[in-house]
Amino acid sequence: MTATAPAATRNGSARLLAAVGRPPTRAEHLRTFGALPGGNDVLELAAASKLRGRGGAAFPTAAKLAAVLERDGSPVVVVNAAEGEPASKKDRSLLRVAPHLVLDGAALAARAVGSREVVFGIGRPAPELDAALRERVRREDRVTFELRRVPSSFVAGEETALVQALHGRPAKPTLKPPYPSERGLGGRPTLVQNVETLAHLALIARHGPAWYAGGTALVTLGGAVARPGVHEVPLGITLADLLASCGGVTADLAGVLVGGYFGRWIAPDATASVVVSSTNMGAGAILALPASTCAAAECARVVSYLAAEGARQCGPCRHGLPALAGAFARAERGEVERLAGLVARRGACRHPDGAAGFARSALDVFAEELARHAARGSCGRRDEHVLPTL
Amino acid sequence: MTHPSRPVTLRVDPIACDGKGLCAELFPERVTLDDWGFPLIDPTPVPRSLERTARRAVASCPRCALSLAR
Repeated sequence: MTATAPAATRNGSARLLAAVGRPPTRAEHLRTFGALPGGNDVLELAAASKLRGRGGAAFPTAAKLAAVLERDGSPVVVVNAAEGEPASKKDRSLLRVAPHLVLDGAALAARAVGSREVVFGIGRPAPELDAALRERVRREDRVTFELRRVPSSFVAGEETALVQALHGRPAKPTLKPPYPSERGLGGRPTLVQNVETLAHLALIARHGPAWYAGGTALVTLGGAVARPGVHEVPLGITLADLLASCGGVTADLAGVLVGGYFGRWIAPDATASVVVSSTNMGAGAILALPASTCAAAECARVVSYLAAEGARQCGPCRHGLPALAGAFARAERGEVERLAGLVARRGACRHPDGAAGFARSALDVFAEELARHAARGSCGRRDEHVLPTL
Repeated sequence: MTHPSRPVTLRVDPIACDGKGLCAELFPERVTLDDWGFPLIDPTPVPRSLERTARRAVASCPRCALSLAR
């Protein structure tokens, strides 16, 4: 792994990524996107555009804004830049390419909920964001921005875990309710929004909900693809078209994972019939698994990783995911199904549900391969470590 | 309560729960235990005839992880 910026590719769909290749300065930002108009009803814009959160949960942004608005007390905005999913790099890329667009969106969201404070929870150093903050005009933003480092562990991006981390506590989820909108940072009504969601909001404020239409999304492509890295794609296209428009695949595939490790496997012959939308793409990580690697071992490694990345707070997840990982590694189909059913919906957060969904989906798409493992202990292929677990 | 007719259901706070298992002993009508001794709660509403039993189970949880919600 390198610490360098992940590649972000500009293509015909580029909206958020329109500034790729230009310096992330305020002057270039204004040249690329224009000034942020004032006086918009942001709640109305969010509702009319049907914008959904891009952190993985796809919660309607307008509903989140409204939930904070209706609370008494002094609200605060938290920008979720934890990005703990190993296959996702789009938030850090966006903060490198268009930090001012994210700041615009955060200021808009803060003004919409009557807040003067924006706190970034960032999983990794973001020098471009630091530099952009020094260029902001306080009189225009009418909010203060604060950057705080949080762990980049898998669960740190869960919104209650992020709030805990910002409190200086271990980044572990808390029971909901209370939701952050009710009692979040410092006990205050808190709007938690993903980096990319806020950047979309900043463009919707400029161009209107009609322009946004179906919208675009950032995806992080990995595996057997010609141009791995971050791309911007229109929502509502098929997975096959998405892969083709981002440079295509480089090998025969065993399957494509859509939506990262809480997502779903798609069989190669189904990519033309699966439409990628804001509700099935998670945080936008898409991994093309080549047929050359051992899919069973790749997936077993991911289930083990998810078991280890749990917050270890809730019994069913703490005990159930290691058991699930063991059953998956032994290709015990019935036991994987039973354990997946046993752990789902029994945690304080959706971590066990996500891991169970991944395991079940792998059972479906890699049924033959797993059967070979169950019968012979191996399929003859080795784990090429295409699915990142670091 | 403002809705006396609304059914009550049993809930567990999975973070607070440490799998002592008292709830399953005291209220087997709605609680069984999983492979590791953690409660599996039947979400079916608790009938009036079982409310006393349910309340005793709630009060007995050493971690205060069990509650009745309307």
